[in-house]
Amino acid sequence: MKIIACIKQVADSEAKVKAENGQISWGDAPLVINPFDEYAVEGALQQKEALGGTVTALCIGPASAKEALKHALAMGADDSILISDSALASLDTQGAAHILAAAINKIRGVDLVIFGRQTLDDGSGLTAAQTARILGWPMLGLSGQIKIENQNLQVERIIEEGRQIVSVKLPAVMSVVQSIGEPRYPSFMGIRKASKAEIPVWSLKDLGIAAPVSLVSRLDLITPPSREIICEIISGDNPNAIAESLADKILAEKVL
Amino acid sequence: MKTLVYIDHFKGQVQPAAWEALGVAKSFGNSAAVIFGSGLDELTKTAFEFGADEVLTADETGMQDYRAEAYAATLSALAASRSPDLILLPTTSRTRELAAMTAIDLNTGVLVDVTALAMDGDKLVATRPIYEGKLLERTVCTGKPVIATLRARAFPRPAQDASRSGTPTKVEAKPDSPAKVEGYALTESAVSVTDASVIVSGGRGVSNNPSLTPPAGTDEKQAEIWRAQQGFKLVGELAGVLGGAVGASRAAVDGGYIPYSHQVGQTGKVVSPDLYIACGISGAIQHIVGIRSAKLVVAINKDPDAPIFKVARYGVVGDLFQIVPALTEVFKKKVGK
Repeated sequence: MKIIACIKQVADSEAKVKAENGQISWGDAPLVINPFDEYAVEGALQQKEALGGTVTALCIGPASAKEALKHALAMGADDSILISDSALASLDTQGAAHILAAAINKIRGVDLVIFGRQTLDDGSGLTAAQTARILGWPMLGLSGQIKIENQNLQVERIIEEGRQIVSVKLPAVMSVVQSIGEPRYPSFMGIRKASKAEIPVWSLKDLGIAAPVSLVSRLDLITPPSREIICEIISGDNPNAIAESLADKILAEKVL
Repeated sequence: MKTLVYIDHFKGQVQPAAWEALGVAKSFGNSAAVIFGSGLDELTKTAFEFGADEVLTADETGMQDYRAEAYAATLSALAASRSPDLILLPTTSRTRELAAMTAIDLNTGVLVDVTALAMDGDKLVATRPIYEGKLLERTVCTGKPVIATLRARAFPRPAQDASRSGTPTKVEAKPDSPAKVEGYALTESAVSVTDASVIVSGGRGVSNNPSLTPPAGTDEKQAEIWRAQQGFKLVGELAGVLGGAVGASRAAVDGGYIPYSHQVGQTGKVVSPDLYIACGISGAIQHIVGIRSAKLVVAINKDPDAPIFKVARYGVVGDLFQIVPALTEVFKKKVGK
């Protein structure tokens, strides 16, 4: 099994994200592997352990994104590739998908590509399905409970109504949800290995493609109006009295 | 402007945000509802009642189950033949992939989870939350058609007029797919948290009722889950009286108290109810971001320092096992449901 885990580097979820001069600023918050992508790496490692093979972590980003790849290596990925190019400053999801598809084709012989469900930054959750469409491979979104046997991949997809059980033949692309299991912590040996790793960097020229034309672009940023909420604590002599006053307050807000 | 509105449904049960999308399409001009599946007469009728100018159906047994490739191929072919200016979809588990793939087929872009959509000159500008709602971006798609998925409950639901009717137009289905649907494991919850106007949620605190004695022979973990399930019964009864859905924090889902489909927050669902009642939820940042667009938040927690009180309009510091049933009884009288 040759498995690719696609990851992205994002600002930590605790970051105070602000708009500053039309740009997004996250202050001095650390950049980390997108938390949902840790599940992608975990899912890839589980399948490698069950079936043998290799896990490659793949990331588009600036040189600093090597740190996110090192996290994947420390978790247990066998190798990693960074795609970095100065022409990739404003990349939309279609563009990212075209680049990832080109890289997956260049790697050759890939059986399974795993994504996290979405990123913390843009959060659109489109790239996995778009990469699948460009590769012409089946897409299994929001998958848990992965079973692979004889090149047959069966998953339980989370849908609004419950779960849909679907199977496809490999190669395929999937995105995973947290029910596949908590991402493992990097091991001491893994961290040592990752710190010494030489991460190959591929440019667009290496991939043999031109910079994708952007189809979605941002006009500006808005800071959502902050809601100054003062909590009114409802008290009373007994639970019934509290419930009575609370219900009156809720009814007065006319939200029911 | 000509808009195709994709009516997302599961065996005839529509994601209500699809009708909201139809309302948005009507405000821009001509609207055609697009429905895929098998046995779509009832849905077709409803789509006309919600105001669709036209209803386009790919109605055959081969289209019965949603499979991304088959549905994307059908939608792409339909869009190629009809040349709409805009394709609108409600944001759901299915439509994110469907929109994503259709955009590749049509060489255009997708604006996801849009909360406002308006013409600005000749440009259609979408507002959408990014960074978990910490910021909003105004964004445009330069491809044609523009594809946008709309967040549930961000747009008004159009009026349903039972006197409206019409005849659907059949469109060509492309049912082939590399995916085989083996079956479903459905949850029985009546109302989904994404579409609910009222959500009553439980957290780790629902498992802490000291006055309960678990059945004999249960180990510590089983006893905890059993206690939590008794707690969620109380949460469910309050939700039932208010016609709402049951939500849960990540801690409750991770604890095995309730299925993942109920989870609200960063790794679960982002919700926008009119009323959100948090019972025994401390209010981790990842939960708070998921309820940011709730109109009124009420918190019941025994810990006065729980962060949930910082985002709640009304709070009760007390025992949820006493307050929640009392609240259920009061609402039974006052709301009469």
